Amino acid sequence: MTLRAELELSRGSFSLSVTVDVPEGTVLAVLGPNGSGKSTLLGCLAGLLVPDDGVVTLGERTLTRSPRLQVQPHDRGVGLLAQDALLFPHLSVVDNVAFAPRSRGASRAESRAAARRWLSEVDAAELADRKPAQLSGGQAQRVAVARALAGEPDLLLLDEPLAALDVDAAPAIRGLLRRVLRSPGNRRSTVLVTHDPLDALALADHVVVLDGGRVVERGATREVLSAPRTPFTARIAGLNLVAGTAEGQGVRTADGGLISGIPSPDVVAGEPAVAVFAPGSVAVYPAEDTPAGSPRNTVAAAVGTLEPHGPVVRLRTVDGDGWAEGLSADVTPAAVAELALEPGTPIRLAVKATAVAIHPAFGK
Amino acid sequence: MRKLLPSALACLLLASACGTSSGEGDGNRTLNVFAAASLSEAFGALEKRFEAQHEGVDVRLNLAGSSQLASQINEGAPADVFASANEKNMDKVVDAGGVDGRPETFATNELTIAVAPGNPKGIEGFADLAREDLTVVVCAAQVPCGSATEEVEQATGVTLAPASEEQDVKAVLNKVRLGEADAGLVYVTDVTSAGDKVESVEFPESEQAVNDYPIAALSAAGEPELARQFRDLVLGEAGREELARVGFGTP
Amino acid sequence: MLWIPAGLALALVVLPVVGLLARTDYARLPELLTSSASLNALRLSLVTAVLSTVLCVLLGVPLAVVLARSRSRGVRVLRAVVLLPLVLPPVVGGLALLFLLGRNGFLGYLLDVTAGVRIPFTTTAVVIAQTFVAMPFLVVSLEGALRGAGDRYERVAATLGARPWTVFRRVTVPLLLPALGSGAVLSFARALGEFGATITFAGSLEGVTRTLPLEVYNQAEADVDSAVALALLLVVVAVVVIAVARPRALEGRP
Repeated sequence: MTLRAELELSRGSFSLSVTVDVPEGTVLAVLGPNGSGKSTLLGCLAGLLVPDDGVVTLGERTLTRSPRLQVQPHDRGVGLLAQDALLFPHLSVVDNVAFAPRSRGASRAESRAAARRWLSEVDAAELADRKPAQLSGGQAQRVAVARALAGEPDLLLLDEPLAALDVDAAPAIRGLLRRVLRSPGNRRSTVLVTHDPLDALALADHVVVLDGGRVVERGATREVLSAPRTPFTARIAGLNLVAGTAEGQGVRTADGGLISGIPSPDVVAGEPAVAVFAPGSVAVYPAEDTPAGSPRNTVAAAVGTLEPHGPVVRLRTVDGDGWAEGLSADVTPAAVAELALEPGTPIRLAVKATAVAIHPAFGK
Repeated sequence: MRKLLPSALACLLLASACGTSSGEGDGNRTLNVFAAASLSEAFGALEKRFEAQHEGVDVRLNLAGSSQLASQINEGAPADVFASANEKNMDKVVDAGGVDGRPETFATNELTIAVAPGNPKGIEGFADLAREDLTVVVCAAQVPCGSATEEVEQATGVTLAPASEEQDVKAVLNKVRLGEADAGLVYVTDVTSAGDKVESVEFPESEQAVNDYPIAALSAAGEPELARQFRDLVLGEAGREELARVGFGTP
Repeated sequence: MLWIPAGLALALVVLPVVGLLARTDYARLPELLTSSASLNALRLSLVTAVLSTVLCVLLGVPLAVVLARSRSRGVRVLRAVVLLPLVLPPVVGGLALLFLLGRNGFLGYLLDVTAGVRIPFTTTAVVIAQTFVAMPFLVVSLEGALRGAGDRYERVAATLGARPWTVFRRVTVPLLLPALGSGAVLSFARALGEFGATITFAGSLEGVTRTLPLEVYNQAEADVDSAVALALLLVVVAVVVIAVARPRALEGRP
């Protein structure tokens, strides 16, 4: 169901004023630093916070229309997955997942059957009879995903679902979310709050960037993250993204180049994938040099623009070989002088394979 | 300060031990008199008389229930004189070998019925206390006023159905004073000291259970001579006078 | 470094009980404990302490939830009021109850005239006095647990479609069980040992209002051995209750 929300809310010196649209079956990522209003937005959508002014509609239903109408959280048909799994410690895993069907009036047996279906859906069927205290962080979050989905919500709210997981568990849950969020035929809308652009890249169709309670940028995920139009977005995102097809330890680009990196576990060879690396990990050499040392991805390019970016200078490339088009690299002012960089200067870029993350991509 | 603190702590832990040491300075002598709580007024007056007659002597009254006092004395509390509200508790000390000489009776006390001022329930005698419309409060049989009550019951053949058997006479008096009880069996002296908050209905059968108050100097007394002198003061004319003033009878 | 004060604290608690054990006349113990007065007092104590614990739970849980979840300022004042029975000397508590429920108390007078009900000198009065002094223990331990846990689980439950009453029944209460257990044990222990408010408000009559502590006090007037034996019985009952409930309740584990 399509979600539309216009919200205004003030709490002390903080104020939130946003409009979001999430078409049926798509995922919207809300990016922003701490205190930018991401969680407040989510609270308003869940019905846990009452906006000072605003309208929230989900499909044909109106959830909030200030000042009179405020549908209670339990009547909204929303599911919430937070940073911590927050499984009810006194209930077994299967009863946690059965909580939503049970609350909607299903019998104990029906609810348990539904719960077991959802647990297999998230590959956690074998955990059914454990207590939450016996689960690892990753397992608990897996169960929490099943619990949120078992309510068959029309709107799924994800509040930093990977932030509390350790580096080993996060990719697996990210893959799981990818699978359930992008499963064909689902009509659910999803709002994903995150401060990690990688999550947005892996999961979301669209992105809004919040700062100080205002939307500073919005658009298709890859466009916003690879070519930020505001310095603010560039600071929190500003990643280099190169799309192609997964192959071995890297991504094969459309023009035949190969970028090596470290693939996440859910990358499938032959499927669309994207190589992601930060501008800070791109080294710039004179065009004639061939850098030696550890395995690197190198490519010829030309300087497009040079902009001060805090203590460094951010260089953007133009018309290089294949994937070198439109990359960002951070260089020191001293290097700019030493290499005599100016728009049009031919250069060679190098990125260590260990600095490149390979993620599955979805074609949109 | 550093030296004071530990000794202060020790005093807290051994409160009784500190009482004795303070009286041992030259010229300042202390006489510890353990007396039944009902003697508070009369012995207060006698304390002043005794101190006036004996310069440099400080009489300290420890007023409590007789059985508590007897236990304290038998546990070794520093006491020179013991005045009990009944013979049973004096006997406990005698049996433990704590008495110097023989205890002597110095006063008697009788039961009376305490009622609200104006006697709204029209209680006229002991037999009335068996009336079903009355809430009657007495002392528990384990305390002197309670055993006296039992004796009167036996002598009169009147059986009471009390609402409560209180631990001491003051508790009985309080229940009457607060209006929770219509009548309570207490000692004559207690009604005297309660002033106009309660009224007394006397009954002749109280003579069946006259309570004797014995007094004795104690064998463990730190001041045996003063102890005997105080005992004699209570037994003498002055004692009789002060005791009669608050309603005690004479033996 | 902590072991010196810790040892002193332990000694302060344990040594008096050791003293009690040392003074017990073990030969007469069976006879003293099985006297009808002792058995009556024990039975009355157990019955009233259980009843008042149940009352504490029924009334204290909602109160704790209201105190912990409400954001209004008046509630802070209320919290202080709830703690009053902890600081009031029990005898004063008993007097206060008399002034409310006694024959001349405003509620007691009303009850007497309208329904012919008199509270003082009844077993009901014992239960009321015990509930009065024991309630703060339950409310304080519950409220602490509620504040510590926050309302995150309740919010999740709401988004899963649970109505407020379902949330209270299926989430709030089960999560509170450990704290409820320790709170109930504390309340029971306090009710069992209650003396001052009971003797002031309810009086002392065998089988009706004379609970174990009152019987101990009563026996102490006549027969110290008997009082010591009863006190020992009280200690044993308290220790058994705490030992049975300890692993689950007092350590705060579900």
